[in-house]
Amino acid sequence: MKLLTHNMLTSHVKGVTKGYPLIIKATEVKVNELEFNPQFVSRMIPKLEWSALIQAAEWLEQSQDLPSALIPNYENDEEFLRKVHRILLEVEVIEGCLQCPESGREFPISKGVPNMLLNEDE
Amino acid sequence: MSSSCRRPEHMAPPEVFYNEEEAKKYSQNSRMIEIQTQMSERAVELLSLPEDQPCYLLDVGCGSGLSGDYLTEAGHYWVGVDISTAMLDVALHREVEGDLLLGDMGEGLPFRPGMFDGCISISALQWLCNADKKTHSPPKRLYRFFSTLYSSLARGARAVFQIYPENSEQLELITSQAMKAGFTGGMVVDYPNSSKAKKFFLCLFAGVSGVLPKGLDSVSSDRGVSNQAQFTAQRSRYNNMKGKSVKKSKDWILEKKERRRRQGREVRADTKYTGRHRKPRF
Repeated sequence: MKLLTHNMLTSHVKGVTKGYPLIIKATEVKVNELEFNPQFVSRMIPKLEWSALIQAAEWLEQSQDLPSALIPNYENDEEFLRKVHRILLEVEVIEGCLQCPESGREFPISKGVPNMLLNEDE
Repeated sequence: MSSSCRRPEHMAPPEVFYNEEEAKKYSQNSRMIEIQTQMSERAVELLSLPEDQPCYLLDVGCGSGLSGDYLTEAGHYWVGVDISTAMLDVALHREVEGDLLLGDMGEGLPFRPGMFDGCISISALQWLCNADKKTHSPPKRLYRFFSTLYSSLARGARAVFQIYPENSEQLELITSQAMKAGFTGGMVVDYPNSSKAKKFFLCLFAGVSGVLPKGLDSVSSDRGVSNQAQFTAQRSRYNNMKGKSVKKSKDWILEKKERRRRQGREVRADTKYTGRHRKPRF
């Protein structure tokens, strides 16, 4: 599971109102290499919940001097875009689980795929 | 994929039907690969995404990632959802670029509002029309899926579903739930006169009334015979030059409420009283 996806995921259990962001408890993390596409990264940055991204990076111990607030005029700062690219698309959680901040319900992650299947009563 | 004699949805629920054996077939059968790739290509074409721009897309029922591979090739980034672990294992084995999620689309999509630039789904939606468990109600599941999809899509985004509808009732069920969730759009039918090549694509627009693309036909289509069924939830008349509704008209009010719903705000339901003309002394 990449952090870009994590930034979009919430708990969709019935009755949960504050199911975002899901707390990451990772036991295995991998860093891949992916081709850098500055256009895509600049387009995605406004969609991101920046504080959730920083928090997720901290949980995975991959903070690596990412600013705690978005800098203005980031489209032209290539170094910044590369850092964001790395944290969004190259860092992957392979094993672990995601925990709902409201209910504590856990969604396990296995082989990099989070299991979002709900039970009968959810 | 439905076989010529029996429909897979009648044999078993999707997570059972797509076991390791069936999943292997997908990764090795060249004809299956070819057909799935062709349908993915057509679906992306119908999405009408802006040119030369990498987009963030959702692939519902991504399976072994055949459609996802096409998205990657087209330069897009994607997230795939599927209910079968065996199929997702094949996708992992094939090292697809998209991020995969194990989930049931009938339970709703677990995303924040307005995230995706588009959504495709190849040969998956018909699985929602069958009740695989006693607790399943197909219309409810379809609605839960469409309403969460509607909110997950960015403003003006499209969702294209390639489906194999069993009969017109099933088609009616699907389209009515989609409309209920707020989508507009219609069916695009490619090669309607060939039983073998005929393909159904359900094109849904989130928020903006778009022009429905024309279905492909091997015969030239200037006979004026329509091969599309179009449905719109609103009639917008007398739009101004920019194509936007006249301010404060009923259409404008409905569109604005839709926009705010998509932003995740609480909006009163649309009733027959919405935007109704009131007496001057009101």
